Amino acid sequence: MLSPADMATLWLTFKVAGIATLLMLLFGTPLAWWLARTHSAWKGVINAVVALPLVLPPTVLGFYLLVLMGPTGIIGKFTSWLGLGTLPFTFPGLIVASVLYSLPFVVQPLQASFSAIGEQPLEAAATLRASPWDTFFSVVVPLAKPGFLTASILGFTHTVGEFGVVLMVGGNIPDKTRVVSVQIYNHVEALEYTEAHWLAGVLLLFSFSVLLVLYTVLKTQPVAHPLK
Amino acid sequence: MTTILARFQLDYGDFTLDVDLKLPGTGITVLFGHSGSGKTTLLRCIAGLQHAPQGKLEINGTVWQDSERKLFLPTHKRPLGYVFQEANLFPHLTVQDNLHYGLKRIKQNSGTVKLEHAVELLGIGHLMERMPERLSGGERQRVAIARALALNPEILLMDEPLASLDFKRKQEILPFLSRLHQQLDIPVLYVTHSQQEVAQLADTLVILEDGRALASGPLSETQSRLDVPLAQEREAATVWQATIAEHETDYHLTRVAFTGGSLSLPAVDAAIGTALRVQIYARDVSIALEAPTATSILNVLPATITGIADSRDGQSVIRLQVGDQALLAHITRKSALMLDLQIGMAVYVQIKGISTLTHQ
Repeated sequence: MLSPADMATLWLTFKVAGIATLLMLLFGTPLAWWLARTHSAWKGVINAVVALPLVLPPTVLGFYLLVLMGPTGIIGKFTSWLGLGTLPFTFPGLIVASVLYSLPFVVQPLQASFSAIGEQPLEAAATLRASPWDTFFSVVVPLAKPGFLTASILGFTHTVGEFGVVLMVGGNIPDKTRVVSVQIYNHVEALEYTEAHWLAGVLLLFSFSVLLVLYTVLKTQPVAHPLK
Repeated sequence: MTTILARFQLDYGDFTLDVDLKLPGTGITVLFGHSGSGKTTLLRCIAGLQHAPQGKLEINGTVWQDSERKLFLPTHKRPLGYVFQEANLFPHLTVQDNLHYGLKRIKQNSGTVKLEHAVELLGIGHLMERMPERLSGGERQRVAIARALALNPEILLMDEPLASLDFKRKQEILPFLSRLHQQLDIPVLYVTHSQQEVAQLADTLVILEDGRALASGPLSETQSRLDVPLAQEREAATVWQATIAEHETDYHLTRVAFTGGSLSLPAVDAAIGTALRVQIYARDVSIALEAPTATSILNVLPATITGIADSRDGQSVIRLQVGDQALLAHITRKSALMLDLQIGMAVYVQIKGISTLTHQ
């Protein structure tokens, strides 16, 4: 069965994934909107940056974050100046890392559904006296609802599954940064295969049910990123 | 009377728009041209959907754009109604919610009355609960027109509203548009490449080509301008406004009066005094120097030649004045030479066929 320590890692994992997903929607929505509509020369560059976590080994991303957020890194100096200390091996640090790690899974479905809406409904709304903000909430959000659902589910599940980035920037601190994937690793290291089975089974069941809902109930097309 | 002043200049490299128009503030003004002529771009500039870097636009005395003063009213602040080529209804809203979308966003109560009126006029009352995907193309376009009218706009802009419909659906909507024409007290700018729609709907005609306005003015005057390619086309015609004066039931004929004379038409089923439009194709008009005494053609009218131009394939285009109306005749160049037709000559025109357009 699951021990209290295992339960704590599960709870922490879902907390990290939940908060990260909310933040990704908050920052990812304007970013995806901009990417879907801009003709700027920067579009290609930003697209590539957003997609980087898809192809980078998580340890590489984690390594750079560790360096940047550390006492001599630019982010670390900034957070120290703010009086917040440095972020590695803290819960907020884990959130920042998770957001960057899973962002493409939120931005790409949103960007695709924003692009699919096209110019026409926006123009119709403008001729019907709706301001751009009004249009976004009364036309774009309802039309992009499947995109928002897909983005939330993929962002959440992908964050639940992260391992390499956590190990690099979060370490293995109980109740602070020890998430399920790390706990499974600990169990295996200690040759506690039964415990590892329980946790692994829970994650497998969770991920499968979520994807099942995504592809059957919501009828989302599988996300096949050209790079992956 | 209100007027529309529209001056726009824009340059996309492969396309330039350069127009300076003064249009009447009543009736339907048709912006006519082939694809690529700039007619839709002009309409979009008027709506503010496209921003011409150089431009001035004044509607009803209100300035909507003035590039010199860096003034550009965004589309959602312009009191207009816009009907797109593809109805462009919101797919996530029912017909009812589509109709109320704009209404909720204007700060006046007159809208509800306008909407009820538009719903009745366009015959869409029974569609309210439907989603747009479950409407036919014609129904969708009628809802789109009602949605625009519900805003009680100061001007109605229509971008080829019939172009995406098949012949049957067009015939279904045209009568609605004619009724609109009669009941609407705001100016309508109507973009089309269809001569049929020009004939049925236009009061004022603007002919566009390569981003420039070739001609602009009252319908029959503009239709009959010899310096515009329209007069040379095989389908060249002039449209006259007339009213029903008399029914000759024995002969199954109707006599209609226009300023400067009258015409006999195949019987029209409408009351005396009804206004209607008749269309006379240039190829159905022949010219005689003296009043023909023995002819089977009923419609013979005195006319004055106001213009002569050579056309392709040995044809000549003759422009005539009949009372207040302009008329075009396509005859062979040989006939024109044999009769020695000259500008200013008094002649007789024989009109072989006249088609009646929807009565208003």
